[in-house]
Amino acid sequence: MKRREFLVSTGATLGLAALPAAAQKFQPVQDIRPLIAQVTGGAAVESGGIEVELPAIAENGNSVPMRIKVESPMTPQDHVSAIHIFAERNPRPSVATFHLGARSGRAEISTRVRLAGTQKVTVLAAYSGNRFRMKQVDVLVTSAACLDEAMAET
Amino acid sequence: MIAVLFFAASAMAGVEFQSADVRALQADDFANPGMLWVTKGERAWREPVATGAACQSCHGEASKSMKGVAAAYPKFDATIGRVVNLDERIEACRRVNQKAPALPAESEERLVLSAFVAHQSRGLPIQVSIDGLAKATFDRGAALYFTRAGQLNLACTHCHDRAWGKTLLNETISQGQPEGWPAYRLEWQSLASLQRRLRACFYGVRAEQPPFGDPDLVALELYLAHRAKGLPMSVPGVRR
Amino acid sequence: MMNGRLQVPPSVKKGEPFEVRVLMQHPMETGFRRDMNGKAIPTNIVNQVRVTLAGSELFSAELGTGLSANPYLAFYAMADASGELVVEWSDDRGEKGRMAAQVTVA
Repeated sequence: MKRREFLVSTGATLGLAALPAAAQKFQPVQDIRPLIAQVTGGAAVESGGIEVELPAIAENGNSVPMRIKVESPMTPQDHVSAIHIFAERNPRPSVATFHLGARSGRAEISTRVRLAGTQKVTVLAAYSGNRFRMKQVDVLVTSAACLDEAMAET
Repeated sequence: MIAVLFFAASAMAGVEFQSADVRALQADDFANPGMLWVTKGERAWREPVATGAACQSCHGEASKSMKGVAAAYPKFDATIGRVVNLDERIEACRRVNQKAPALPAESEERLVLSAFVAHQSRGLPIQVSIDGLAKATFDRGAALYFTRAGQLNLACTHCHDRAWGKTLLNETISQGQPEGWPAYRLEWQSLASLQRRLRACFYGVRAEQPPFGDPDLVALELYLAHRAKGLPMSVPGVRR
Repeated sequence: MMNGRLQVPPSVKKGEPFEVRVLMQHPMETGFRRDMNGKAIPTNIVNQVRVTLAGSELFSAELGTGLSANPYLAFYAMADASGELVVEWSDDRGEKGRMAAQVTVA
């Protein structure tokens, strides 16, 4: 491991333990490649076939609408088996994993996610037959203009 | 006063100042997170409490008996002897008629009932009385609305009459209308009362926050309701 | 039992995908927040959601702290015959939620 990477990774770990919540809003980008490798087991990851709807500018990182559409015939032989969401700037980058199958009929998920600041959101789709595709989307997360009671609490 | 009349005539719902996403979320009766509280409130309305009968056993179907009720609050209440908001009125009913123990302000048990009752007035115009026994409270609310406060030395009017529609960082300043409250606020990740929102504004201008239930907060609520006259209720609203 | 909402269409066509919508009331505590006294609020999230249709598993989700409070999920399903769609979820403290809706194949 290079020195720089080491500093980044330990910094992220220490940050989680020691920093107050407000400071974590500025927490560094984490390397999510190990998380992706955990899913793929090292198999190749292709691009294309995934549509991600996220606002270009999210006005509150507590609740950002997200819609994922993965192209697939969704048959027992050829379907999407799981959809993973990663947010590299979140203190815990694994946001969610959804398991689906041929009985889903359509590989489409809508949800709302927390984004700790402006960052790249990654969607990884796992297909039957150990195939993978990935899509990354940039989201700008803005913060509130007025000082708020909620900030005093954190 | 001229400014007040002008803005009352062109009252715009709070949701108009939100992003497209928040507007869509409020309009979606299933996904609007505030509906979780309304659903719970409906259950609370129908179920008897440990110490007494259910709300429903006296008031019947809320969709009939509570229709339009919230749109007339805050209101002078003869049995309590002062102007109260809807939440305080429900709490008084719980204590006196259901003999139930008092619930803390902003507790979920109180929020679900006021949200459920206020939801029954959705689409109906706000119409409060500011005459007679409500007049003194209204005057107090109006005075507060125009009084500078806090380290930023701002009155409500400076933002919500003179600057609404302008941009503050990434936000559009609203008119400060109350029609969507109790509302679900993304920042708080919860449903919250109008009093909590007002207290946050006090915090925003770095002023001392009045405690929940403070007569000044009720007075401000009455002033805001009068200022919003005719604006359709939309509880539960969704805000950023 | 935790509070939630579940929506399926009033009737569906055999073998045609329909949307299932789920809303769960839960704070999804990240473990990074502090209360008014400065005490850390422990992590508590809905970690598992499981959906069955007529008894067999249809969809499941593992959620993290990055999912918004009061989680909203919408996904698709197909039915060959009418049956009960059941959503079950649980949080870190072991509290559970359960909702059911009838799926009618017309």
